Amino acid sequence: MSTVQIDKTIDARGMACPGPLMNLIGAIRQGQVGQIFEVLSSDEGSKTDIPAWTAKAKHELVEVRQDEGYAHFIVRKAR
Amino acid sequence: MAAEVVILGGGVGGTIVANLVAKKSSGRANVTVVDATGIHVYQPGFLYVAVGKEQPSALQRAETTLLRDDVSLVVDRAARVDTSARIVQLDSGRTLSYDQLLLATGSRTVMDEVPGAKDAHDFYTMEGAIRLFEALKGFDGGTIVIGVAGIPYKCPPAPVEFVFLLDDYLRGRGIREKTQIKLLSPLNRAFTIEATSKLVQPILAERGIELTGFFNVESVDPIAKTVTSLEGETVEYDLLVLVPPHRGQQVIEDSGLGDERGWVPVDKNTLRHTKLDRTWAIGDTTNIPISKSGSVAHYEASVAAAEIVAAVKGEAAPAHVYDGKVMCFLETGQGQATTIRFDYDHPPVSPAPARRWHWAKALFNKTYWHTVPQGRLP
Repeated sequence: MSTVQIDKTIDARGMACPGPLMNLIGAIRQGQVGQIFEVLSSDEGSKTDIPAWTAKAKHELVEVRQDEGYAHFIVRKAR
Repeated sequence: MAAEVVILGGGVGGTIVANLVAKKSSGRANVTVVDATGIHVYQPGFLYVAVGKEQPSALQRAETTLLRDDVSLVVDRAARVDTSARIVQLDSGRTLSYDQLLLATGSRTVMDEVPGAKDAHDFYTMEGAIRLFEALKGFDGGTIVIGVAGIPYKCPPAPVEFVFLLDDYLRGRGIREKTQIKLLSPLNRAFTIEATSKLVQPILAERGIELTGFFNVESVDPIAKTVTSLEGETVEYDLLVLVPPHRGQQVIEDSGLGDERGWVPVDKNTLRHTKLDRTWAIGDTTNIPISKSGSVAHYEASVAAAEIVAAVKGEAAPAHVYDGKVMCFLETGQGQATTIRFDYDHPPVSPAPARRWHWAKALFNKTYWHTVPQGRLP
């Protein structure tokens, strides 16, 4: 289990690419600097899309953890 | 007693469902469509109005000409839905009771959610498309930037189609060499669908259209003429075209029928509201993670109609469900187009661009009025 305090979880399991990333972008748009977002995604494309966008947008990818049939992506809004 | 079936919205989805329910309910339903204008608008045509290839008048008809004679039309705006009393309140003060309700109110654009973007151009409304063409006629070179200010938006390929048609327009006027076209995409590819993006990206490069990925428009500085992304990049423009943020209609938000952006939660197969009885939603109105497009509303309509007819007749729910089918055309310019087809279980496929797809799209646009609203195309 992650020890990071999550501010908002986005359950995008079952959603096709690019749904999970777009939901994260939407949440970060609305969120405050320092908040931690968790995306649950079963889409393989998220494994490249979410880290690539997080780096480009200069936020912090805190953790990527595989679960049964989906992955957790934990991102901190850094600016 | 006939059941009262009330349909909010006279767009493609609402109109097809109204006609199919009236036709198939064997006189056991009174069908009423509530529409704010009473004018049916063929929105896919806005793209062509924006580059001077279509007349606005060709995209509008009176809704009464598309509805069966046994469907009533109320020209008024739905203000609020009281789901416990099963009443729709209209702006005029009138109320309508319902036994079955279809929410087909679509989406609205909210450019004012983007700081500084009040005067940015768009082709998502008729007024926007007309104003954009006027601006293009007065344009004689510089940088035209096309950006996306929020997902989901109607017709995911539209910004890509627009840049191809814009390229044609500028070449036709002999000012292409004096103009830079920059497409800013929210993703790290041309648009949402990966397979089709791979097909169109080489064509963008070939036409000299610059693609910038991961650029989610956050704000505009209309004095400095710059647009800035959520990712922290800034791009200069001489003429700015934005896909505005979209949200559900005010009546959905005011009645608490949707989520925080006004999208109505429905079962992705049956289109029934996830929390309310006797209520369905189709097209842009829903929260289903699928394209917001007329094509989706069209394919969903027969399912929603069959569900409502079964409810009216007191029969078991139909076995036929919406399978996520989408089929649309994508103009690639220079008289060619491709298509995009997919459903929940099959990823999108697109053939190589060809003239026949451009002509198929043109033919569909012209014959729409006689086939789709009546439910004649399955």
